[in-house]
Parts: sequence; structure tokens; C-alpha cells
Amino acid sequence: MRILVIEDDADTAAYIRKGLKEQGHVVDHAQDGKEGLFMALEQSYDVTIVDRMLPGLDGLSIIQTLRTSGNNTPVLILSALGEVDDRVQGLRAGGDDYLVKPFAFSELLARLEALVRRADTEAAETSLRVDDLQLDLLTRVVKRAGQVIELQPREFRLLEYLMRHAGQVVTRTMLLENVWDYHFDPQTNVIDVHVSRLRRKIDKEFGQPLLHTIRGAGYTLRASE
Amino acid sequence: MRPSKLLRSSNFRLALIYMALFGASVLLLLGFIYWSTVSYMGRQTDAIIEAEIAGLAERYRLRGLVGLTNLIAERLSRKPAGSSIYLLADRGFRPLVGNLDRWPAVPETPDGWVIFRLEEEAVDNGQVRRARARTFQLRGGFNLLVGRDMQELEAIQQLIVRTLIWGLAIMTILALAGGSMMTRSMMRRIETISATSREIMTGDLSRRIPTKGTGDDFDRLTGNLNSMLDRIETLMENVRRVSDNIAHDLRTPLARLRNRLELLRMQKAGSEQLRETVEQAVSEADGLLSTFNALLRIARIESGSGRAGFTDVNLASMMRDVVDLYEPLAEEKRQHLRMRLTGDLRACGDRDLLFQAIANVIDNAIKYTPTGGTIEVSTDTNSNGGRITVADSGPGIPVQAREKVFERFFRLDASRTTPGSGLGLSLVAAVAKLHDIKVLLKDNRPGLRVILVFTTTASSELSGSWRHKK
Repeated sequence: MRILVIEDDADTAAYIRKGLKEQGHVVDHAQDGKEGLFMALEQSYDVTIVDRMLPGLDGLSIIQTLRTSGNNTPVLILSALGEVDDRVQGLRAGGDDYLVKPFAFSELLARLEALVRRADTEAAETSLRVDDLQLDLLTRVVKRAGQVIELQPREFRLLEYLMRHAGQVVTRTMLLENVWDYHFDPQTNVIDVHVSRLRRKIDKEFGQPLLHTIRGAGYTLRASE
Repeated sequence: MRPSKLLRSSNFRLALIYMALFGASVLLLLGFIYWSTVSYMGRQTDAIIEAEIAGLAERYRLRGLVGLTNLIAERLSRKPAGSSIYLLADRGFRPLVGNLDRWPAVPETPDGWVIFRLEEEAVDNGQVRRARARTFQLRGGFNLLVGRDMQELEAIQQLIVRTLIWGLAIMTILALAGGSMMTRSMMRRIETISATSREIMTGDLSRRIPTKGTGDDFDRLTGNLNSMLDRIETLMENVRRVSDNIAHDLRTPLARLRNRLELLRMQKAGSEQLRETVEQAVSEADGLLSTFNALLRIARIESGSGRAGFTDVNLASMMRDVVDLYEPLAEEKRQHLRMRLTGDLRACGDRDLLFQAIANVIDNAIKYTPTGGTIEVSTDTNSNGGRITVADSGPGIPVQAREKVFERFFRLDASRTTPGSGLGLSLVAAVAKLHDIKVLLKDNRPGLRVILVFTTTASSELSGSWRHKK
């Protein structure tokens, strides 16, 4: 991926660049708002990371300018604030996702990949498929190796999200926000219980596991190697 | 201003006490004036009568009966007649000369005084006229009576009494009116102060009490309170900045540390044991970070600044979501998680914060209820709001610790070994305070019953349903 990072804090910027480069991505970095906007307009990126508070031009203005000029590159907003209001404001300005500093690198990486993938697969799909697992979005029937698997509505939505992001790491926070639609901080890892329940249904009876736990980060659904 | 409020005001009570004291002293003063006037006048009358008797007796002694009758006749013919009464009677009390028809048939005191009715003018304005007289036996068996019609004296007495009563009545009315007027104006100023302090207590620390500019003692008090508020605001601001800075300053290097560890883990090299250790270090850092985040979050909520984002929230459907999220967790512990929703419970608030608060309560219930226990979640509504109840069959919370569990980092001795930060209920308390929700902890015999009491429903203020958008 080609990623633009607009971030004035040298430490954060260096850390993001280092991590992303290690993952094999190409990273450009802008130190202030104006420079960042020029770079975003001149070149084409897969995804842009924008800090909200920037010298010169603030993050929200950059996004608004990009959107009005017809640039639809997915944007992830980084912010040190993290109030619900800020999140809503950021998303309303045209941002695609919102991450509060300090964040875990795995969270950032998972969200970036989800954003790029979302931009790729905008076309309406009627069924999702990972290996021999099949999910029909119209009939809401899930089959693995031709065998029908009964799922609760919430389990269906959980599986749908995992399948839409097949091969990517999906964090627990992402699941909470997208499957349950709440931004909150669970005291216990409730998500793990839901995932292990789903795993029992889709993996237990079948030889190859598809749903994998990525330690310290989250989960991924992928075909066995 | 309601009358009951006026009556309860200390100022008005003070005015009443003042009035009673003043009234009593006026009453005492008037009473004394009455008493001294009346007794002086009585004494004066008696002295005149005595003098006249003496004069008449002297005349009789010098001039005999003729001289006396002449003198009485002369006195009676004087114009104006005045209130004098004279009567000279013979041995058998038959009148000889005087302006009285007959000798009064009343017993006299040993020193010769009588009080009797004046019969010929018995009815005068419906009043019985009385007279006070002195009798005297002259030598030769003649009886002499000299007296005064007491009407005048009694009229004066009545006048004094009337004045006294009217004076008291007018004074009472004036004092009541003045007292309540003064109290009202005082109460208005005090009400301004307490209204402002109420607003300040709900989180608006920037409010100040208005001054009149007259420089009176109320203005001075207001001035002092305002400068005290300035000071408190500065201190609060400092505390908030300091705690924010501490949390922020520690959070950032901690996050960096965590991220370095994460980068280390991503490198393919290294033994399995090293990876394991790094893994553990990352999760330790995560625990610390989430504690810092929770602290900062509580601080932000407590500052009361989050009210701007309030919307209409359907609590019943939110309860379904929480139970849906936590149901597998309860099932894992073979607990029965039951839900009973009655009525359409709505509130005006922050959707994510309310979800967090309810989730924390249910999370606690699942955490502390033993395997196989029961957790009942219910909602009910009434005319001025509703309640959310989470009842479990766990160990409960002892009565003496019920206030403390809302404090930051407070944990019951029995739960020291269970994982958790000790911030869950503090967050619940902060969210509840922001939303004016009352949190009650009751005994469920056995277990704990947490009741969230909502006093205002937002459904009337905000129409239509609001969906949280991504």
C-alpha cells in the first residue's frame, strides 16, 4: 500500500513509518497541514492518516478540502482528544475512521487494511466465500462444505464482518464498533466469548480451522495455508 | 414566592419575633399610661370630693342648715352644671336639697364612699352611668352626699383602651406588611445566590452571582462568594490540568513502550520464549493503558462537558443489546441471565456512555455471581421516568461499603483476587451524575440489586428516533 502520513509529532510519525515499512508499505510523511494537503492532492495514495491537530491547517479542514475536490482516498483520523463528539465531528467532515492516541500499532494496521479493502469492494455482493465457508447475504444461509450452519442473528453479523475482512486482522474494538455499533470499553473480553462461540459452530466439526486468534491484536478469518 | 416558603424563611421569622417583642413593649407602655392616668384621675376626683365635703361641713358648722342649703343651691345653679352631685337628706335619708332624687340604696364602705347608678339618666347611649360619691353625717343627723358623675372618667378610660387596641392592630399590620416586604426582597437576593450555586453544583463553574452595585453587606457577601468561586475554578482547572497531564504524560510513553514491544514481536527472529515474554509485556502495558484511559474518561465525564452531545436514547433496545453482548459470558459460567422489559424507557443522554454504564453493572454482576447463579435484568417505567434493575445472586455488598464502591480504585477485600481495575463503578457513578440518574444499591437477599433511577424522560423533548451512524 502507498500511505500518506500527515503528522506533526516526530515521534509518532517515526513510529508509524517504521511499523508500516516493516509491513512492506510505502510511506510518505508530511510535517504540517499545508504540505500534507499538497501531497495528498498531487499524488495518489491508497490511504491517508491525518492528525487532527496540525500546524498550518488542521486535519478536518484537510479532509474537507480533499472531499470537495473530489478526492475520495480513505482517511483515518488520529486524535488525542477522543470524546464522542470529536469522533462524530471527524466522521462528519468526511473521515472514514477515527483512532484515539495513544493507539496500538496493530489497531492502526488493522483499521488501515479494513479501510483500503472497503474502498476496493464497494460493489454490492450477494454472497461471501472463504475456502469452503459460504455466506449468502440474501437468504442469510451459512454453509460449510455444503453443510448448513445455524447461526443467531448476531453471530451472522459477526461472521459477515469477519468474512468481509477475510485475510485481515480484525481487532476487538473494530468488532464492537461495527458489529455491535457501540464505542465503549468492555471490562471483560466479552468479544472473545462471542468469537469462540462462532468458532465452535464454523470450525469444530470441520478439519481445517478458518477463524484464527492473532495474539495481542485480534482475529482473522482466512483459508488454511 | 409561595407563602409557605415565606413562613419558613428565617428572615421572616426574625421579623415576626421582632414584631412580637415590639408589640409587647408597646402594650406594656400603653398599659402603664392607662393605669397611671386612670388612677391619677381617680385620686384627683376623690381629692376634690373630699375638699368639697370639708367645705360644706365647715359651712354647716358656721352657718347652720340654711347656710349649707344655700351654698348647695348656689353650686347647683352654676353653669355649666358639670358633673357634680350634691344631696342633703334628713335623718330618715329623705332628700332635702340636691340634684339626686333619693339617697342611693347601696351599702357604703367604712370610710363613707359609695358607687351607685344614676337612675334618672340610666339610659344614655345604652350605657349605664355611674357615680362615685362620699357620704358624710352632719351633726344633727343630717346626711350629706357629694359625688361626681363618672361618665367622663370612664369615657377617658375607654378612649385609652380603644387607642391601645387600634394602635396595636395597626402596628401588627404594618409590622407584618413591612416584615414580609423586607423578607421578600432579602429572599429574592438569597434566592439569586442559591440559584447560582445550584447551577454551579451541576457543573457550570463559570457562573457568578450578580451584584447590585450598592456596596451593601449583601454585595460584599456576593463579592466574597464570587472571588471564592474564581479561586475554586482556578484550583479545579489546575487539578484537571495536572491530572490530565499526568495521565497524558504517562499514557504517551507507555503507549510508545507498548508499540516498541509490538514491533519487536512482529520481527520474525527470536525464540518462542522471547515471543511469549514480549506477548506478556504487551498485555501488561495494555492493562495499564486501559486503566489510564478509564481514569481520563471518568475525569472528562465528571467535568460535565459532555452534555452537548446528548440525544434521545431508547434504553429498552439498548438493554437488549447489552444482554445480547453479555449473554454468552453468563452462559459460560452457567448463569441464568434473564431479561424482563416493560414499557418504553427512554432517556436523554450519551448513547455510548449509557451503554458503558449498563454494561459495567452487568459485567460486575456476571463477574461476582458464582457459577450457576441467576442475574435478572429488568426495566420499568412510571409517570416521571423509569428504572433499570440488575439483580444478581452473588455475595452482595455490605451496607457499610455501599458508598465506597463508587470511589476510584476501591475494591472489596473479597474481590481483590478477581481481575478488574476498581474503576468500573466509578465510571457508572460519573455517567449517572452526568445524566441525573440515581444509583441505588440494595440487598437482593442473597445478592446485590443495582437500581438506576431515571427521573426525566427525553421522549417529549426530542422526537423521532436517533440512530448512531458510522
